[in-house]
Amino acid sequence: MTSEMVRADNVHKSFGSLEVLKGIDLVVNSGEVCCVLGPSGSGKSTFLRCINHLEKINAGRITVDGDLIGYRERGGKLHELGEKDVARQRRSIGMVFQRFNLFPHMTVLQNVMEAPCRVKSENKAEVRDRARALLDRVGLSEKTESYPGQLSGGQQQRVAIARALAMRPKLMLFDEPTSALDPELVGEVLDVMKDLARDGMTMVVVTHEIGFAREVGDKLIFMDGGVVVEEGAPRDVIANPQHERTRAFLSKVL
Amino acid sequence: MSDQTTTERARPEPIKAVPVRHPGRWVTIAVLAVLAAMFVHLLVTNDNFRWSFIFSSYEDGKRGVMFTGPVLEGLRGTLLLTVTSMAIGIGLGVVLAVMRLSPNKILSSVAFVYTWFFRAVPRLILAILFGNLNILWSRVGFGLPFDKQIGDLFGIDNFNGQFYSIRAADLLAGFVAGMLALGLSEAAYMAEIVRAGLQSVDQGQSEAAVALGMSRFQVLRRIVLPQAMRVIVPPTGNETIAMVKDTSLVAYVPVAGELWFQLNAVSARTFVVFPVLVAAVIWYLIICTVLMIGQFFLERHYGKGYGAVGKAKQRLRDIEVEQGGRIVDSREGS
Repeated sequence: MTSEMVRADNVHKSFGSLEVLKGIDLVVNSGEVCCVLGPSGSGKSTFLRCINHLEKINAGRITVDGDLIGYRERGGKLHELGEKDVARQRRSIGMVFQRFNLFPHMTVLQNVMEAPCRVKSENKAEVRDRARALLDRVGLSEKTESYPGQLSGGQQQRVAIARALAMRPKLMLFDEPTSALDPELVGEVLDVMKDLARDGMTMVVVTHEIGFAREVGDKLIFMDGGVVVEEGAPRDVIANPQHERTRAFLSKVL
Repeated sequence: MSDQTTTERARPEPIKAVPVRHPGRWVTIAVLAVLAAMFVHLLVTNDNFRWSFIFSSYEDGKRGVMFTGPVLEGLRGTLLLTVTSMAIGIGLGVVLAVMRLSPNKILSSVAFVYTWFFRAVPRLILAILFGNLNILWSRVGFGLPFDKQIGDLFGIDNFNGQFYSIRAADLLAGFVAGMLALGLSEAAYMAEIVRAGLQSVDQGQSEAAVALGMSRFQVLRRIVLPQAMRVIVPPTGNETIAMVKDTSLVAYVPVAGELWFQLNAVSARTFVVFPVLVAAVIWYLIICTVLMIGQFFLERHYGKGYGAVGKAKQRLRDIEVEQGGRIVDSREGS
């Protein structure tokens, strides 16, 4: 049985007078991998950040696993959620950033353990075992005591993925996870993500990696100018784009 | 492929060049050596320094002025005053900095006004002002605000809403007045230092922490502050050392249990001026030296994972290894 994990209805977002998202609709089912493509400035990263309420949307609604993000509906009225409730919603949504954003003053293991220990107050020994297992899974069991500054970009990004996974999220958001990496390091990060997808993790991935989208994606959306221009199965969209804008973009990246 | 070519090709002789000469360095050393010798000569031969007055005995049957009982008591007071006022300064400074950066406009303007006031008033004046606050109020305490007015409103004469109060002259005399003056003034400076530190931490750090579900306080306490410390510690060391010296201002509150007050007292009694000043200089030098050592270790602790100092040293080592290593390598080859 498939259920809707992410649902966006007519999402709008403006920064001041600049309208970045002009009505985004999207459904991502549980276990699906949705890749978001588009030129820079198309609003794809902003949309991703709206899903875990790092950005507040101006109109429309986003639900994750049936949970309205950022608001509570009561008596036909929307009430803004307090800091605690927003934090609670974010716990089950993992996010991986373009610039890794690991905590530089903590070792790799501490980075992964921090949130489960502090946010969920889980048993430290248990978390440590889980963190070790996760680091092993992303191929970094040797690096647990290193500091992020001693790792390569690819290794740092894999730690960041392990850090997000340690919270046992039901949804993972990837914001251009390989864009800040040297070309030869991209593969190791994509491999970890493919492995995750195979395990049935629901993922929304903003990326420029067409190959990844074709191989792993269940769904692809192409955004430009704050709207979804084209949507469909990755193979179809990439092989046979319907819109002029999509065709022009793909011809440049492929 | 490339391996083969390097092994086949013979390594050239290591370069044996005459190093660049630095005659300027030798000249500087010579000049400085002469100046240093002159200075030492000055210290030793001028009897007016009266070293025995400072170190061994300043009056019959008494120790040197540096080590007499009251002066040591004063030293203890100076250290205590430094520690307590810095504690107030750092604690309140962090609070003020967080307030200043808060999205709440009222909190941030309160912090701004505080900083404005306490940075504008000279510490010496502030210290004397605090010592004389009992002129304004005879008692200080906790209780209901506007208790007298509320009493009047309900027709009760002399309604007293104070839960606890104490005579201002007892509370605000001497040490406490000096501590408050120095601590509150320090908080204004510390607030700016902490603010700079907090702002130096990359925005992505708190974003990543928040995305993991951490609360704003947790983000501050666990992620942002520890990273800000790297920027905060060096100027705080500076402030602490400045504070050691500024404690001498409270001699005018007056606070008797303080190093400069006590040394001054000796000077006033014996009419010996210069050796007493030298004794003060030596004590302040000693305290500051100890503090600088402490600062070194603190900086090393908060540099974990960055190695700003470590990295610079490593770079130097790399250069050495690069140069030295090559020579060792070629020796093995030959």
